[in-house]
Amino acid sequence: MQTAVITHAHGDHLRHGSARYIVARPGASLAQHRLGSGQPVTAVDYGTPFTVGAARVSLHPAGHVLGSAQVRIEHAGEVWVVSGDYKRQPDPTCTPFEPLQCDVFISEATFALPVYRWAPTPQVVEEIVRWWRANRDRGIASALFCYALGKSQRVLAELRAFTDEPVYVHGAVGALTDVYRRAGVEMVPTLTVTSEKKTDYRGALIIAPPSAAGTPWMRRFGEHASGFCSGWMRVRGDRRRRGYDRGFVISDHADWPALLETCLATGARRVLLTHGHSDALARYLTERGVSASALQTAYGADE
Amino acid sequence: MRDFAELYDEIDTTTSTNLKVDAMARYFRTAPPADAAWAAYILSGRRLKRFIGPALLWRWLIEASGLPEWLVSESCSAVGDIAEAIALLMETAEATKVATDVPLADWIEQRLLPLREAEEAQQREAIITWWRTLPYRECFLLNKLLTGELRVGVSELLVTRALADVFGMPRTELARRFMGEWRPSAAFWQALRSGEAPVQEASAPYPFYLASPLDADVQTLGAPEDWQIEWKWDGIRGQLIRRAGQCFIWSRGEDVVTERFPEVVDAAMEWLPDGVVLDGELVAWREGSVQPFAQLQQRIGRKKLTAAILESVPVRFVAYDLLEDDHADLRGKPLQERRARLEALLAGAPEVLAVSPLVTAACWDELAKLREESRARSVEGLMLKQKASPYGTGRQRGAWWKWKIDPYSFDAVMLYAQPGHGRRSNLYTDYTFGVWNNGELVPVAKAYSGLSNEEIAELDRWIRSHTLEKFGPVRAVEPSQVFELAYEGIAASRRHKSGIALRFPRILRWRTDKPAQEADTLRNLQAVLDQHRGRKEPN
Repeated sequence: MQTAVITHAHGDHLRHGSARYIVARPGASLAQHRLGSGQPVTAVDYGTPFTVGAARVSLHPAGHVLGSAQVRIEHAGEVWVVSGDYKRQPDPTCTPFEPLQCDVFISEATFALPVYRWAPTPQVVEEIVRWWRANRDRGIASALFCYALGKSQRVLAELRAFTDEPVYVHGAVGALTDVYRRAGVEMVPTLTVTSEKKTDYRGALIIAPPSAAGTPWMRRFGEHASGFCSGWMRVRGDRRRRGYDRGFVISDHADWPALLETCLATGARRVLLTHGHSDALARYLTERGVSASALQTAYGADE
Repeated sequence: MRDFAELYDEIDTTTSTNLKVDAMARYFRTAPPADAAWAAYILSGRRLKRFIGPALLWRWLIEASGLPEWLVSESCSAVGDIAEAIALLMETAEATKVATDVPLADWIEQRLLPLREAEEAQQREAIITWWRTLPYRECFLLNKLLTGELRVGVSELLVTRALADVFGMPRTELARRFMGEWRPSAAFWQALRSGEAPVQEASAPYPFYLASPLDADVQTLGAPEDWQIEWKWDGIRGQLIRRAGQCFIWSRGEDVVTERFPEVVDAAMEWLPDGVVLDGELVAWREGSVQPFAQLQQRIGRKKLTAAILESVPVRFVAYDLLEDDHADLRGKPLQERRARLEALLAGAPEVLAVSPLVTAACWDELAKLREESRARSVEGLMLKQKASPYGTGRQRGAWWKWKIDPYSFDAVMLYAQPGHGRRSNLYTDYTFGVWNNGELVPVAKAYSGLSNEEIAELDRWIRSHTLEKFGPVRAVEPSQVFELAYEGIAASRRHKSGIALRFPRILRWRTDKPAQEADTLRNLQAVLDQHRGRKEPN
């Protein structure tokens, strides 16, 4: 592609192969980190319009991860907004979602079923802390699996309300956490797990990406309890299938009420849906008089 | 119920047996006696029959949630469990979760049990109110109780361990008094704790002793003469209890099936003295030979047992073992002694009460040859029981083996897929398979098991990207994937389009090497059926 306008730096939304990448300024360092230093990343401020071809384009906060953006495109008197991934819950690591008015709204629908409903994050983080303490009392480590970009830093930031103890992080989490820190996000202190020196992990909290679960990398922690932070953990069968002891329902996506509220608030005459349960949300909105349909995309089904 | 809900969660969120036992012990120490008794009852796998059918709960959920039926349906199939789906859908921000904590025993005795007698309108109102006011965990547990599907990830053995811990009593002593049938109450709990013998009910069966599949070479079992060898009958495992002037028949699923087998009851009342318990197999029997399992199903499947079915499906109780004689528990005695007493007891008994015949062979090779006759004899293989063995509990390995014949198998094409339940929710794991008939694929079997987790995940991705059409939660997939399926029996069926019904179909392997055109035909399956039906069974 000639110009790629990037909503956020997750792997299924940011790919190599473009001549130019435009990202929201707070996410520029993340995008650069992910793409590599030689890649041409252009940072623009939220709300400042630029042109791509004949269209007037601007980026607006999506509240998903640091620097995540909705893309507003204005052309021939018509406004389209592509939400990218977004959430409506407060998150200390990124700018909150900004509601926009548009003619056509392309929304994600990852968790578009009424069973998906999120509790306030501090409440869930308090559960994490209690779980960590209980494991410490048993003399074992707590391995908390979080996506390396976004979820990990959000949990590290929310933990500040409960503790200032250092948390161990996997190398992949550590590198991104450094990028967040440099961008001014405040988090509890972190120590990166290395194989150089022998560490006693009993009683420690370790944050690692889900891909590390069940790998030899985990052996160094000895006996440990495992937890997974994800919206999917709302469903018991999902947690049991993935084999985690505990599931903590924290998601960087909009839950059912937030999806409904957001889609309706745009005033869009047409809503297009991607990801997850897009068929269900399309049908529900259609039955409520909003013209909506599912859009096939190349995105994965993961969070 | 709040403490019990917390205990349920603690058990549900760990795989460590020590933690589970600790959590139970903590609960038993602090819970009021009646609550503790009910909790022990539920935890040890004793189940309360369902209070409300899923169809009614479904209807009330649609009314109470205010969501369209299709969306409730999609939600339920994503969650894979109606009890959980209700708790999730009723946990709305607007709901006032302010219910005060009611003790577990009161929940069951004062709220749930009376529900059975209540009018539908009252049931509806009570349940919807509970849904609206109970916090998530309790709401989930309530629904599990309502549907009669509350299972907890602990065994009776673990509960016994926790109780032994709490009461400071030897485990074996506790197990003896805890086993069998009892009514949960504060009085029972106090009796259990003080060491008094709880009262046994006349109808109480003994825990069944189960054989394990023989996975080693039969030659490793030592001398054949140390083993009692019988055919493995294809019927319903059951205990026939003759006590207190009555007769009870229990199936292995711990259901009372007494009224399904009146001729067995008549014979038992006539022939057996009081204080006798037999272990054996209920089988369909005609003209000197055992009949396919499908026939027996008519005895249990139908709502009403008609004279016509009694006539067309005669049954026998084929006794294996004598567990109680003259009111004394014989389970600790060696099998050969129990067998001798069983033969003496049933000598001259009405035909309906038969003794399972012994199979004798001079060496294991000869026995292996006899085993090859299993299919012709309409049995599933052989049972090998150590002559010196006591009658154990559950699946204790070592003394009793089942040496089954290989199942039938065929290759079929996947046609439809549907999400599973429990830990398979949100994952396509329930499949429908078809075979060729006149150039068309006809559905013949549904199968849920047999693939590894990796295969399931791979197949799930394949299904999502090769869907031809969606019907609610069901997806029609591109008919290109071939699977080898095994099954235990085949019967003619008018309810199936294919005209056949397979017993216990399951997946043996994913035949990625085979194109769909090379899958089996309906004609092949019909040939197996004809063979099955047309055969003259040797006695």
